[in-house]
Amino acid sequence: MLKKMLGMAASLLLASSTGAGEISGPAPNFTLQSRNGEQVSLEDLKGQVVMINFWATWCAPCRKEMPHLEALHQRYSNLGFTLLGVNVDKDTSGVEKYLKETPVSFTVLLDPASKVSELYDVVAMPSTVMVDREGNLRYMHHGYQAGYEHEYQAQIRALLRE
Amino acid sequence: MTRFAAVLAAVAALAFPAFGGVLPEDRADVLFHSYDGGGVTIQGPSLLVRKQFADKFSASANYYVDRVTSASIDVVSTASPYTEERTQYSVGLDYLHDSWLLNLGFTSSEENDYTANTFSVGVSQDFFGDLTTLSLGYSVGSDEVRRRGDSAFSAEVERRQYRLGLSQILTRSLMLGLSFETITDEGFLNNPYRSVRFLDDENPRGYSWEAEVYPRTRTSDAAALRLRYYLPYRAALHAEYRAYTDTWDITADTFELGYTHPLEGGWVIEAKVRSYSQTAASFYRDLFPRSRFQNFMARDKELSTFDSTTFRLGASYDVLRAGWRFVERGTINIAYDRISFDYADFRNVIRGGAPGEEPLYSFDADVVQVYLSFWF
Amino acid sequence: MRTFHVRKLRAAGLACIAALPLASGCAVEPWVKPYERDRLADPIMSWDRDPVSTAYMHHVYEAREGARGATGSAGGGCGCN
Repeated sequence: MLKKMLGMAASLLLASSTGAGEISGPAPNFTLQSRNGEQVSLEDLKGQVVMINFWATWCAPCRKEMPHLEALHQRYSNLGFTLLGVNVDKDTSGVEKYLKETPVSFTVLLDPASKVSELYDVVAMPSTVMVDREGNLRYMHHGYQAGYEHEYQAQIRALLRE
Repeated sequence: MTRFAAVLAAVAALAFPAFGGVLPEDRADVLFHSYDGGGVTIQGPSLLVRKQFADKFSASANYYVDRVTSASIDVVSTASPYTEERTQYSVGLDYLHDSWLLNLGFTSSEENDYTANTFSVGVSQDFFGDLTTLSLGYSVGSDEVRRRGDSAFSAEVERRQYRLGLSQILTRSLMLGLSFETITDEGFLNNPYRSVRFLDDENPRGYSWEAEVYPRTRTSDAAALRLRYYLPYRAALHAEYRAYTDTWDITADTFELGYTHPLEGGWVIEAKVRSYSQTAASFYRDLFPRSRFQNFMARDKELSTFDSTTFRLGASYDVLRAGWRFVERGTINIAYDRISFDYADFRNVIRGGAPGEEPLYSFDADVVQVYLSFWF
Repeated sequence: MRTFHVRKLRAAGLACIAALPLASGCAVEPWVKPYERDRLADPIMSWDRDPVSTAYMHHVYEAREGARGATGSAGGGCGCN
């Protein structure tokens, strides 16, 4: 009885209370409009390693993370890696203003209705989810602290090698 | 026993999820303050710098000066106008560990007849998906009281402050804050220059002065409720109520209502109203019937029955919106407060009249602040 | 007889403690999601936008009024990380 509780507590601990961890299961599909107006679906990207990053202009750690995401995109995008920056701002006009001052070259999708945020059960800002070539969820990160970009890089390389 | 402890530890970790928090922003502020009211003028600077380092720490330092020229009613009634300067240094360190934020601070204030040193420690933690923040704080202070013109005089004050705060996000647009603070003072708690007056037929004025005598301890409790509401067209409304009571029988109520409105072009306008009222300390009187009437006697208007009403107007303008070198953002700010004090049992003895029938005292003060803030 | 009561108590205690995480956050879903904190993260919604100015005004009042304490609040904001 006690051992069972310990086991349950331990697995819950690992899954929900740490800032990062392994996850499993198929990545829920979604379609969002990008900042350029085109419709982008996750299932069209099967075969690529996809990193979905949930961010907002009003979130300071998200802004700190941006240059690192841009660097990852520049480095791995022609090796089969796609970075999707899902913006959750309710007022999308602020997004263009922010991106004008801090330009990025990866795909920025707009989710003002929070459809995809709910679908992916975003519990922290920012949040990052890694999806492998077969469309399965593999890793997740909650929040951003300096140094996380090294973990992102290691995970992307591991998924690219599969 | 060890298995029990293991479950306890696992559960404790679950109850306090190990997501991180954020440190306060890096900033620098330069403030010029000016107070003019009741015959007193006080001016000076206040400088603040705050910087993050090693991803887990935020250090801050503040330098503050009051240059006082005082011809206040108390001074003019019993002494002569004076000038003096008070300098205050503060340093603080914030440490972020997962979602715990720990704060340490030290403040030292120095003027020619008063030295105050305070150590403080605080901790805050976010719960329930970061909707609730619980904070605890403790300060301990040690002061030395001296008297100008009397080098033999030296007394001490020990202060302790206990703080509890709870902040709750109610909706997407509404936040609630509750704070409680208990303060205990022990030592020489009055002003060494202040006097009480008593009816004295042998004095042509009808009254004479003698030294104040205060209790050597004071314990106070304050509880405050705050609300902050986001108006849909982008503005903020805030309301605050604080209740106060202490062992000197002073009770006070503070109400505050404020409105913050951003305008096009990087302007933010602010308006605020504050209403304060208090009842006198049990040993306070404007005029005692005779000398050494009771064990404790005070005539400090700060302990009397009075109201104070403040109207405030402030404006802030975003300069450096695109940044300049390492400066991300800057604002220039100005604030004007008009405070009116009305005393119900403190009389203006300068105006003259039969003892105890002089007009009640009241005065207005103009407070102006001009400051620059930078974020980097 | 005694050992039976102790075991029951221990089981009850463990059940209470195991229920704690459910009571403290897992079952209570945050009703304002992290991605819905845009308004709360706005600088005009900060409890204290100008700390130097606020500290000065508190000093102005504390030096002239009898009341003191309970003057600040923490929390709110973007709730990031």
